[in-house]
Amino acid sequence: MESLEQIKARIEAAVPGAKIDIVTNGAPSQQHSLWVDNEHASDVAKWLRDDPALRLDFCSNVTGVDCLDRTEKKTVKVKKIVDGEEKEVNETAEEKIPGYLEAVYHLYSMTHKHGPVIIRMKTQDRAENACLPSLTPIWRSAEFQEREIFDLYGVKFDGHPDLRRILMWDEFEDYPMRKDYREPDDYEYEPTPHDVVLEKAKQYYPSRPQSDGAEGIVEGSKPT
Amino acid sequence: MSEGIDEVLRSKLQQQGVWVTSMQELYNWGRKNSIWPLQFGLACCAIEMIATAASRYDIARFGGEVFRPSPRQADLMIVAGTVTKKMAPQIVRLYNQMADPKYVIAMGACAISGGPFKQGYNVLKGIDRYIPVDVYIPGCPPRPEALLHAFMELQRKIDEQKLSGVNKAAHLDSEQPSEFPVPAFGKHDLEPPANPDIFHPPKLERV
Repeated sequence: MESLEQIKARIEAAVPGAKIDIVTNGAPSQQHSLWVDNEHASDVAKWLRDDPALRLDFCSNVTGVDCLDRTEKKTVKVKKIVDGEEKEVNETAEEKIPGYLEAVYHLYSMTHKHGPVIIRMKTQDRAENACLPSLTPIWRSAEFQEREIFDLYGVKFDGHPDLRRILMWDEFEDYPMRKDYREPDDYEYEPTPHDVVLEKAKQYYPSRPQSDGAEGIVEGSKPT
Repeated sequence: MSEGIDEVLRSKLQQQGVWVTSMQELYNWGRKNSIWPLQFGLACCAIEMIATAASRYDIARFGGEVFRPSPRQADLMIVAGTVTKKMAPQIVRLYNQMADPKYVIAMGACAISGGPFKQGYNVLKGIDRYIPVDVYIPGCPPRPEALLHAFMELQRKIDEQKLSGVNKAAHLDSEQPSEFPVPAFGKHDLEPPANPDIFHPPKLERV
C-alpha cells in the first residue's frame, strides 16, 4: 500500500479544496492518521472507497475521542536587545487550545487485503457545534458505531439515517465517555473501597462512636 | 420439621406402616422439589446456568429442570449476570409478574454488587436494590456446583417456612408486598437509585 504522504497528495488532486493533515502517532505502533476537514469529508471518504488502487471498502471501527480545553507551553528563542547587546533569550509562550471531539475511522480493503488507513474528523467545540458529517452513507458498518459515539460522546452526525441513543436510555442526558462526566453519587455501600472510590465513599462514613474517646477528631468538627 | 409430632412416636408408627405428617411438611415438601426457574440470562453467568441445567450437572435431580419462558409459570428468578441500568426495570417488572410464592437467586458478582463493573456508569450495583434476594452466590462466574449449592440452600429455606403464626412465609402474609415499584429512567440515573424499603446497606465504620 502506498504511504500516507502519497495518499494525501492523491486525495488533494482528486478532491479539490480538501484539507488533509497527517497526524503522527508517537506511540510504538506508529499508526499515523489522516485528518480530514469536515466539509470535504464525505467526498474524501467516497474517493478512498472507490479509488481502484486503495479500495478501502471495509470500515472496521469507529471511535470517539474527547479532548478538553488545554494550554500548551512552548519555549521560543527570541532575539532581544539586553543592555545594548543582542542576545538569544528563551521565552515561554502559552497557547490555549479549545476542546473538541474527534471521530476516528479505521479503514481496510477487502479487495486488496491491505490497511488500515485511519482518518479523523474534529468538531469545532464540545457543545452546540459538536457536529460531524456522517460517513454511514459510504460505509454502512459505521451506522451503529456512529450512534454509539453520539450516545457516549455527544457528537451529532449530520446525514445519519437513524441517530438515536444505542446503549443508554432515551431519557438520559449526559455523555458518559466524556472526560468531564460526573457519575451519580451512589457510593453509600462500598465494602472494599480504594483510591478514588475511597474518597467518594468517605462522605457516607458514620461519625466515630462516642465511647472510644476519639470524638471531635473528625475533620471539620469542633470540639464541644 | 413439623412441630407437635413426637419424633419417637412418629418413627414407631412408621414401623407399623402408618405415616404421620403435617400440612406444613407436605406443602413445603411439594414446593421445594418443584422449583421452576424463569428462563432468562443476562451475561456469562447464564452459560454456567445452562451448564447446570444440562446433563452433566443436571438440575433435574433437584426438581428444577423446567425452565419456564413465562414469569406467570415460574417460581424462581435466577438473576444470572450483569444487570445494566437499562435492563433493571424489566427485571423488576418480570419479578412483579411472577406468581407467589417466588424466590430470587442473585448469581455471580455482578448480580450481587455490580462486580467488576461496579463503578461503571451503566451497571446496577446489585439487584437487591430493587427486589428481595433469597440466596447470593459469589463467583465470576460461579461454577455449576455453586448454583446447585444455592439451589439446595433455597430448598432448605423453603422447608423451614411456616404456614401460620407470626413468622409465616412472606407470600402468606397479606401485609408483605409481593410487587415492588419499577424504577423509571431518569435524566442521570434510575429513579429512585434504590428502593429504600428493601435496600438497607450495612453501616460500615472505618477509622
